[in-house]
Amino acid sequence: MWKLSVVVLAGAATLLAQTYGIGRPATPEQIRDLGAAIAPDGTGLPEGSGTVAAGREVFAARCSKCHGEKAEGAVGPALVGGQGTLATAKPVKTVGSFWPYSTTVWDYVNRAMPFDQPGLLKPPEIYAVVAYILNLNGIIGSDQVMDAKSLPKVKMPNRDGFVADPRPDVGNNVGNNVGNNVGNNVGNNVGKKAKR
Amino acid sequence: MKDSKRSSRRQLLQMGAAVGGGLLAKHEQASAAENKPGQLGIPLGPYGERSPFEKAVRWRRDTKTPETGSSFTPLQDSVGTLTPSSLHYERHHAGIPTIDPAQHRLVIHGMVNRPLSITVAEIRHLPSVTKTLVLECGGNSGSEWAAKNGPDVQRSFGLVSCSEWTGVPLRLLLEEAGVQPGASWVIAEGADACRMERSIPIAKAMDNILVAYGQNGEALRPAQGYPLRLLIPGWEGNANVKWLRSLKLTDQAYMARDETAKYTDLMPDGKARIFTYQMEAKSIITFPSGGQTLPGPNLYELTGLAWSGRGRIERVDITTDGGRSWVKAQLQEPRLPIAFTRFRLPWRFDGREAVIASRAVDESGYVQPTREALIAARGLNSAYHFNGIKFWKVQTDGTVTNVEA
Repeated sequence: MWKLSVVVLAGAATLLAQTYGIGRPATPEQIRDLGAAIAPDGTGLPEGSGTVAAGREVFAARCSKCHGEKAEGAVGPALVGGQGTLATAKPVKTVGSFWPYSTTVWDYVNRAMPFDQPGLLKPPEIYAVVAYILNLNGIIGSDQVMDAKSLPKVKMPNRDGFVADPRPDVGNNVGNNVGNNVGNNVGNNVGKKAKR
Repeated sequence: MKDSKRSSRRQLLQMGAAVGGGLLAKHEQASAAENKPGQLGIPLGPYGERSPFEKAVRWRRDTKTPETGSSFTPLQDSVGTLTPSSLHYERHHAGIPTIDPAQHRLVIHGMVNRPLSITVAEIRHLPSVTKTLVLECGGNSGSEWAAKNGPDVQRSFGLVSCSEWTGVPLRLLLEEAGVQPGASWVIAEGADACRMERSIPIAKAMDNILVAYGQNGEALRPAQGYPLRLLIPGWEGNANVKWLRSLKLTDQAYMARDETAKYTDLMPDGKARIFTYQMEAKSIITFPSGGQTLPGPNLYELTGLAWSGRGRIERVDITTDGGRSWVKAQLQEPRLPIAFTRFRLPWRFDGREAVIASRAVDESGYVQPTREALIAARGLNSAYHFNGIKFWKVQTDGTVTNVEA
């Protein structure tokens, strides 16, 4: 009991401890207006849903101008194809071949697309256009509906295609003696030349 | 205004002084004619412009979408170790927003005890830190993976700049909000049109990241994130989110587009390295370098810049015989960690062809690798984080080119 009250007191102290007393409490509206960042587990996805068929319409109206009629790429990058090319001399990195999480497609369309009017699309349109792009890549069927529950469950083909950064992987194997030896011999000579 | 028969030039100058800096600056730029003896110079001005005789500018590719892309710093024209704010490289994804600092808020939310909305004025009144730091795009020198034919320093190595940054430790702001146990990532978001987003591990956030509002003695330039940006010492530029407006504490990385589809390094086996934030040691000879011409055989000062995301530059070696032998360059002091270090070496050009390069060694013992060593380890498709040794060829007539020319 004594221990428990210490923990409770410590918790209260943490809650109160602000060294500089800056800021006002951020309101729920303020946080919502920042735009939801979407986690790979789907945290942050809003209500609404979209079909592949609806997505085809959204894509034709809002996306094809830059990405091509079939998402094959134009001014903007291709969004389809490339599966099986990542280990070749000419890898083609698309949503279908490279992106590890379906939620990232939703998040990116929501925050950054269309390029000239970011934020234009409403959640149902985003679910729809993401469904369409996933379907074009053969990742979901034509009759699948995307919403906050179904989208995070879509396993992308390259989900397991990423590894941790192992660097430094080069750059530690040149002997110190190279620079030093040469430096002592030649560096002095060059230095003398510098005197005019 | 006094009625007089003075020249129209003088009238223009008076108008300029009356109207203010904008017009004066334009006039200053237009009047590139040298002063004659006995002729008064132009009046004092409110905000300075460089001499109209100075022409160094950033370079960028022509594009149909000029709001996204990169502009490269003219390092070959730089002197000393700082980059002027006006020549700092740029990499934007949806244009440069115009932000009124009085309206701007930084919101800290997610796994915190007190979600906070903080004004820029409040941040500027907190204990501050000033650091000179290099900032380099993770994609700098990306074209060097495919070929050694970068024509000049600017286009092959120009997505790197060095400024003095001022701000508050990110840690201080996070502690004001009270980070909850289990929070392991900070999701940073910008106020540009595409709301640029990156995930940053909490350990780095609590270590040495700055929320910067100052650059080279004044406020950040709009192109550098005005009024607030992240400054992450030693990490690739993309993670240094500009126009910072949101920090969300979470228990997972958010796998944003710019840390999965982009800024990941594809290896020959088809796997890609992820969260490759760290920038490694690198250097470049800026004189003599591609596109320049030596007037003839003579004694010159060979010079350039070296830097490392891991700390101080310990040594820079120079070769003038294509890498067969190396000599130590003189290093400008003080050598600041994660900042440009200028190196110099007297060198006599005797009219014979010379293949020259620099090789940086940092305080961790890391030695800047050759392009061949990088390719042997990572293949040709990794796109980012090229830090290989760059060779220039000084031709017999003094022209300097890449080594494939």
